[in-house]
Amino acid sequence: MMQENPAKTTTMAPNRRQFLNRLWALFGLAAVAEFGWLGISFLSSRKERNKPVKTESIVTAGPVELFTPATVTAIPQGQLYLACLADGSFLALSRTCTHLGCSVPWDEEKNQFVCPCHGSTFSLDGEVLTAPAPRPLDYYPVRIENGIVKVDTSSPQRRERFEPDQATKL
Amino acid sequence: MPFAGTISLMQKSRRSITDLILHIHPPTVPAETLRFTLSWGLGGMAVMLVALLFLTGLLLVLVYQPTTADAYSSILILTREVPFGLWVRNIHHWSANLLVVVAVLHLLRVVLTGAFGPGRRLNWVIGLVLLFLLLSSNFTGYLLPWDQLAYWAVTICTSMLGYIPLLGPWLLELFRGGAEIGPATLANFFVLHVALIPGTLFILLLWHFWLVRRAGGLVQVGPKSAQTDRVPTVPNLVMREAAVGLVLVAFVLVLAIAWDAPLLEQANPGMSANPAKAPWYFLGFQELLIHLHPVFAIFVWPLLGAFALICVPFWRESSLPPGIWFGSERGRKLAIWTVVAGSVATLAVILLDNVLLHAETATIADTIMTRGLAPTILVALLLAGLYVLLVRKLEYTRAEAVMAGLLLLLAVLTVCTVIGVWFRGAEMHLVWPWTETGTSG
Repeated sequence: MMQENPAKTTTMAPNRRQFLNRLWALFGLAAVAEFGWLGISFLSSRKERNKPVKTESIVTAGPVELFTPATVTAIPQGQLYLACLADGSFLALSRTCTHLGCSVPWDEEKNQFVCPCHGSTFSLDGEVLTAPAPRPLDYYPVRIENGIVKVDTSSPQRRERFEPDQATKL
Repeated sequence: MPFAGTISLMQKSRRSITDLILHIHPPTVPAETLRFTLSWGLGGMAVMLVALLFLTGLLLVLVYQPTTADAYSSILILTREVPFGLWVRNIHHWSANLLVVVAVLHLLRVVLTGAFGPGRRLNWVIGLVLLFLLLSSNFTGYLLPWDQLAYWAVTICTSMLGYIPLLGPWLLELFRGGAEIGPATLANFFVLHVALIPGTLFILLLWHFWLVRRAGGLVQVGPKSAQTDRVPTVPNLVMREAAVGLVLVAFVLVLAIAWDAPLLEQANPGMSANPAKAPWYFLGFQELLIHLHPVFAIFVWPLLGAFALICVPFWRESSLPPGIWFGSERGRKLAIWTVVAGSVATLAVILLDNVLLHAETATIADTIMTRGLAPTILVALLLAGLYVLLVRKLEYTRAEAVMAGLLLLLAVLTVCTVIGVWFRGAEMHLVWPWTETGTSG
């Protein structure tokens, strides 16, 4: 129908048409932004709600005498390993592989942690023996109260290498 | 009178079915493109498998419960109590796995018959997106039973997102629906698997078909003006498609009777399966993860690979002469040599690096160089050198060199996949499959 009078539309209304087209484009962009905002807020609210609730962050591993030096004991209730180093100090290790999050079992015979997913290995103090893991196993702060080993599991500590002060001496 | 009326009604309905088919296919097709060995019917097979997946998926979604508490038991109910439930699940499983094979072979056919030249470039890109979508669909489906396989696959896959520079942590939380894996994660993957991916797939498939039609159907030898013999699509092409499709359906149904889809124990967050393997079509990437720094294995290499694949048709004269397998006899020999040499070289590199990995004493901080930048530059130099050798010294065409490059990529991926499937045992050590004594598989 617009074609019937092309001369009129091209001479009379280019400015108005241009203006309306831009307005439409602006409305369109605003709508996209609104929907984008809606989607992002919807999804991030889920992130907030699903934050893990740490009800009990202190895990009791047991009396000091239970652990012999240069051994590793699994502490199932804390999902961690308690390594008793050669000098008798205690280091609590996360069992989550720093590569891609698999759970790492302790191999008693080889005396190392071996990741079943991509073959990373870690030593007794959590340091990487074989790549691809990019950094040592995370550790948790350990306290020894009245001869009882306790681990604070509220936040795993990242580290680049093993330092003696990460372990707790008697 | 009533007799004549029914006949005309039947004719009318037949006519309308024909018309419907002609929305996808042109009314006539060149007789030459009907020969089976031009396309091997791979595109049609993929369509048939997608149809099977939609139909069986419709049934499965009625029984499946997308919550972490009930997902596993709903699969058990499906396989034990629902009549034909096991079979339907198996058909879905085998169709999905065959679809990966068929789609990759379809891509290979397109490369080797020069079917991504001018006029088909956009369709090549859409085809790549379709391949990505069907791999995602496959993978998200793999997670839904919430068994040990599923749980650790989600763990590994979402952790992989964390290595992406800048966006990584944000993406990780987005896909997990929180900091840790839980009900929100399963809900995410369920929505992706049953709504978002199939919806997008459906639209892109129609676009894919339409672009094939607009490009004049399948590739054929010689210039377009030289086409002579055209035959009606119905019945010539449609009957052939039906024959291939129905044989394939029969094959899948039998396969689904003979072999059950795997289901491990219920997910146990405390213990990874040993070895924890990705689905077979990702084992090639898992092999990369063993050898390379995570940022390179997860982000840099896949990105470079995808970028190269997308760009291939936009490089001038990168497509072989249309309709002739390998372009020429010389091209065929080159293709065979590339695949053989590429496979042997890949195997050698993996074995060599296996020794290095266990002898390595370098500190971890160096791996971004030794297992990241250095191999990337080495591979880039090697590819550039091979290209110069083929084109300048041996006087192959650019199209033949590109074909060799793509075949090399496929050979590397295939060897990595084969090693990942059969030659990696507990703790991902290299083993002979026949000496494997482990209980997991």
